[in-house]
Amino acid sequence: MTRRAPYDGIVVTTPVSIPYVRFSTRGAHWWIGRALAALVRDSGLSKDRFDGVCATSMSLAPDTAVGIVQHHGLTPRWLDYIPMGGVTGVVAMRRAARAVQAGDADIVACVAGDTNHIDSFRQGLENFSQFGKDAVYPIGTGGPNASFAFLTDYYMRTYGARREDFGKMCVAQRENALAYPHALFKAPLTLDRYMNARPIAEPVHLFDCVMPCAGAEAYLVMREAEARDLGLSFGRILGTIERHNAYTDDPVQYRGGWAMDSGELYGMAGIAPNDIDFFETYDDYPVINMLQFEDLGFCAKGEAPDFVRSHSLTTDGSFPINTSGGQLSVGQAGGAGGFLGTVEAIRQVTGQALGTPVPDARIGLIGGYGMISYDRGVCSAAAILAAGD
Amino acid sequence: MAKPLTKPKRKNPVLRTRAPMLPPAPRSRISLGLTSGAARGAFELQVCRDCGAVQYPPREACRECLSDLLDWTPQRGTGELVAHTTLRHAMENYFRERLPWRLGIVKLDREGANEAPSLIVHVHGDCGEPPCRVRVRAMLDRAGQAVLLALPEKDTPHMSDDPQMRELTCDPKFRKVFVTDGKSPVGQSVVKAMIAAGSDLVWVGEAAPWKKIPGFEEIRALPEVTVVDLDVTNPDSVKRCAGQIGPKVDILVNTAEQHRAYSVGSRYGTENARAEMEINYFGLLRLAQEFGPVMMARGGDTETNAVAWVNILSIFALANNPDQSTFSASKAAAHSLAQAMRAGMHRSGVRVINLYPGPLDVEWNQELRPPKVTPAALARAIVGALQGGAEDVYPGDVAKDWYERWRTDPKVLERELAHGE
Repeated sequence: MTRRAPYDGIVVTTPVSIPYVRFSTRGAHWWIGRALAALVRDSGLSKDRFDGVCATSMSLAPDTAVGIVQHHGLTPRWLDYIPMGGVTGVVAMRRAARAVQAGDADIVACVAGDTNHIDSFRQGLENFSQFGKDAVYPIGTGGPNASFAFLTDYYMRTYGARREDFGKMCVAQRENALAYPHALFKAPLTLDRYMNARPIAEPVHLFDCVMPCAGAEAYLVMREAEARDLGLSFGRILGTIERHNAYTDDPVQYRGGWAMDSGELYGMAGIAPNDIDFFETYDDYPVINMLQFEDLGFCAKGEAPDFVRSHSLTTDGSFPINTSGGQLSVGQAGGAGGFLGTVEAIRQVTGQALGTPVPDARIGLIGGYGMISYDRGVCSAAAILAAGD
Repeated sequence: MAKPLTKPKRKNPVLRTRAPMLPPAPRSRISLGLTSGAARGAFELQVCRDCGAVQYPPREACRECLSDLLDWTPQRGTGELVAHTTLRHAMENYFRERLPWRLGIVKLDREGANEAPSLIVHVHGDCGEPPCRVRVRAMLDRAGQAVLLALPEKDTPHMSDDPQMRELTCDPKFRKVFVTDGKSPVGQSVVKAMIAAGSDLVWVGEAAPWKKIPGFEEIRALPEVTVVDLDVTNPDSVKRCAGQIGPKVDILVNTAEQHRAYSVGSRYGTENARAEMEINYFGLLRLAQEFGPVMMARGGDTETNAVAWVNILSIFALANNPDQSTFSASKAAAHSLAQAMRAGMHRSGVRVINLYPGPLDVEWNQELRPPKVTPAALARAIVGALQGGAEDVYPGDVAKDWYERWRTDPKVLERELAHGE
């Protein structure tokens, strides 16, 4: 394979989050508009300077990125729409970085926003994909619950993970969330409460599920010189990977596309897994955390349960994960859920954490996993960010 | 092991009859090939003509070689249950009312060079914990669309009583059946077959009480049987009968039939043809108008809801047999009406089952050579469809032969029939 060019001189900056709500009477454009306004406010740039836009939303239909620029009066010369759910935070970053590097755009606004009306989650499920509509939704799966229950069931049987192991991650993330101002879940979670929660789709129980909500996340990608001129603190992109529809012959998904590319990710970044200070995983549902620990090189396949047992996972722990609480505690704001980890990672490496900062956070890993269609998540991605200074 | 079904309690007349809820029906066009097979009782998946890869979910191009030559091909359906879940929560009311509900992933056995697909399926309660061997079948759900069901590798006792299985079938066990004409040899066979299949209340229509027919007194004497007056040519009679039993019928089997074996030229005038249409077409229409709405209203009524409407058509409904031309035409009319009934009734979960038998071994087919379908075999086919889940059935060798030829090329069949082949 051709050696990939590094992202030298390209930075990510201006992480913004619009506080989530369970249900919103606003449209998706309102959420995206608030995020764009926050980018303007925090960067000091006028919106006319955003000459590139990369957007994602799951509740914007019939509009796409085209509707976004018209709605919000932007005139970009580079426009991308990435309807890829949980990988969007990473995918937007790597595409925007290349656009800036090549000079196709100078400043790219990466934005994800979604509303959540009563019943809009169910409607989204009903029309999520052709395979979903033909072969999953009609048999009562209740959305992703059953699909992830299969993955969890298979993983537990094959590798001996216990509910307590998933519980440990959920409890740690909740503890992180208690310090994060935008988290929807503000009540502490104990392992006892986790274990005694009602079953949803066994072995998945209530606290394994994310809460659909409305919200928005955004950040900017630009040249380092530009960020310095503007006085913006920034993070560097050390490496990224993206893979879709990997390992289709696996009877049940027990590994993601990361396993195909993680060597390349660390090679590009010039670091090893033990250089990572914190990991923003894609955590819908907790079993996917374990897949990422394994497939992104922290332990061998099947060893994630032991890995979880041997680490403390809170912001001050030996292996901090989802330092804002993750989607499990903050909420899943549709497509913005795919941005949550990326925006939080930018905050952590730039010293702007809204919650508890990871001590001496220099290098963060972001995992993306998206679009559970039929029996598995189709998209996977990851990125490594480093502090800018 | 499935718990044997016990006789449901009498319905509390004070309680509201619950509205029928259905599983989600929308499918892509390509995916309806699965429904087409399930309607015949077959489990068919697309198989690539170029590379042999089996496909699921249904698609427009081969996932291995991108060929668009994907043929719906019967599958053995054996495989391994590799993961499962029991739903305790559902977004759709149909499932919400029926929780808990078991689902699983089955890895189909590999047949050729390519890996077999994983199937997301309903799981019968008698299947073991994963990993275990299962058989997958395509079944029609209450919305009339195909879904996949994993069954235990070998039959188990009371298997058809499993609640999820029973949602996908129209099993006569503990259901109340109405056989519209109990005097014909077919009617009598159907009554006996329904009782043997576990129906404990069978209403039997009698059109002409003064006609003494061999065997009918024996039917009347059965403890499960109640004889009711019904002349399907008489609108008042149909209305009266529906008023009397309509709100209680779970399965209606229309056995009323007029059959004469005349060609266009062998019988001058339209009197005979009118008599056939009067019963075979207008009779069905009258029944549909009087019994249809009340059965539809009971599509979600407790565990013994209205589930099926059975039409006995004829393979001659698809291609006219010139020696029985007016009979064929009346059955073609009934076939067309039955399609419309299906379009209307599927919204209630009541399944319209059509049988297209070859020539029956009855009086007016005396001159036809065998093979002919005995009334008992036809009755077995009806029970088989109710228990097995098919909605289009072609009983007898002649019917299967004609159906195959009709599917291949109706024009060729028409020419062959015109030349007496």
